[in-house]
Amino acid sequence: MAKIVADLDACQGYANCVLAADDVFDIDDDGVVVVLRTTVEERDRARVEEAARSCPVSALRVEDE
Amino acid sequence: MSRTVIVGASVGGVRTAQALRSEGYDGEIVLLERETELPYNKPPLSKALLKGTSDADSIRLLTREAAEELDLELVLGAEVTALDPALRQIQLADDTRIAYDNVVVATGADARPSPWGRCPGVHVVRTLADARRLRADLDNGGTIVVVGSGFIGAEVAATARDLGLEVHLVDPLPTPMSRGFEESVGRIFLGLHQDHGVQPHFGTGVEGIDGERGSFTVRLSDGTALSAGAVVVGIGADPNTTWLASSGLAVEDGLVCDQYLRAEGAPGVYAVGDVCRWRDATTDELIRVEHWTNAVDQALCVARTIVAPDSPRPYHAIDYVWSDQYDWKIQVVGHHEGAVADTLLGDVASGCFAVLYAGPGGSLLGAAVANWPKALITTRKAMAAGSTYDDVLAKLEPAAPRPVRDMEGA
Repeated sequence: MAKIVADLDACQGYANCVLAADDVFDIDDDGVVVVLRTTVEERDRARVEEAARSCPVSALRVEDE
Repeated sequence: MSRTVIVGASVGGVRTAQALRSEGYDGEIVLLERETELPYNKPPLSKALLKGTSDADSIRLLTREAAEELDLELVLGAEVTALDPALRQIQLADDTRIAYDNVVVATGADARPSPWGRCPGVHVVRTLADARRLRADLDNGGTIVVVGSGFIGAEVAATARDLGLEVHLVDPLPTPMSRGFEESVGRIFLGLHQDHGVQPHFGTGVEGIDGERGSFTVRLSDGTALSAGAVVVGIGADPNTTWLASSGLAVEDGLVCDQYLRAEGAPGVYAVGDVCRWRDATTDELIRVEHWTNAVDQALCVARTIVAPDSPRPYHAIDYVWSDQYDWKIQVVGHHEGAVADTLLGDVASGCFAVLYAGPGGSLLGAAVANWPKALITTRKAMAAGSTYDDVLAKLEPAAPRPVRDMEGA
């Protein structure tokens, strides 16, 4: 299992993460990322890592627990 | 063991390498970069990095440690001079040849140089070194002239105003960012720059630049002469393909690729990012896009195809680009060049609005959004889901910010 760490101050609301994995990320009305589930199953890991890397300001990380 | 060579370590190249590992590629990955800098992210070069609110370390795409962790061979200062698809080799400036099973062309685009002479103090903004040189000149204060009001020019103008310089913004077209916005929308952004003290010179070109760093005179075609300590030329970029000239590959404003981003007639050759001109699966037209998100999406597409070459999926992405100017976030969804907006929602005066473009058959062609997060996420999701224009309008209309009414005389 891995966990998602979001830097809410860095987030600029570009929404690339939502387009890449809308079951994991959303953006609130203020334009800040909402992490819908903080743990990542191994089978989802590649997809969530790729969503994290689509962030233009590197506000998302997937870390080993 | 299979070897994938990636030529170019800007965002397209780096993300391809990372995605290859995420997708389970266990071959050798060689990442070649002609610059000697560790890979870095380019969008901040005209914004936060230029302004000084972020530094080079904070915009790195890859560190030595991260490269090691991913088992990437990262070679900096590597000038690739040729690609031989028959021998499946690339050649470096020092005549070294590297054999590949797959090669990913990610050499990006170079800023179009100033046609009015290239001397110190006349800047382009494409690399970290460019941004550092410009920043040094901005530190001298005074006046700058920015030629070209595309995203780069408009962002540099905003940054320079934020730093307190006098700024002249020159463009032969009538409004800023006119590749992205028709004139009526462009006028809103012209107003933004004027409100921040930029002196606009639109509808006029540059005849010549005289003088030297610290004391340039920029002569405009309307007869105006502008004095400036430095000049920034932001007139576009050209794909970096000269090294492919002897390859026999189809090069025409980029490396020509099929809908899977594979170079035609050359097994194992792919392209991503600004240098990639691919045949769009939907329209059958060749297109090239110079946006960050496109490079990242293409990197993933190519990585997946390299890992599973027998089941490639056509590249399909919805264009998205952002620009930060002053305290405004300007975001463009979809490709609506040449189209005229159908609806403006929200409040221009307070800088929170969206313009929507209708496509054929009631579809949503795209949107331009300023400082309204809900409109951005709604339109991006709608484009991805193929929702209709009317659906999007129905969702956004009730949520649209209303102008603040002047109550006087009510």
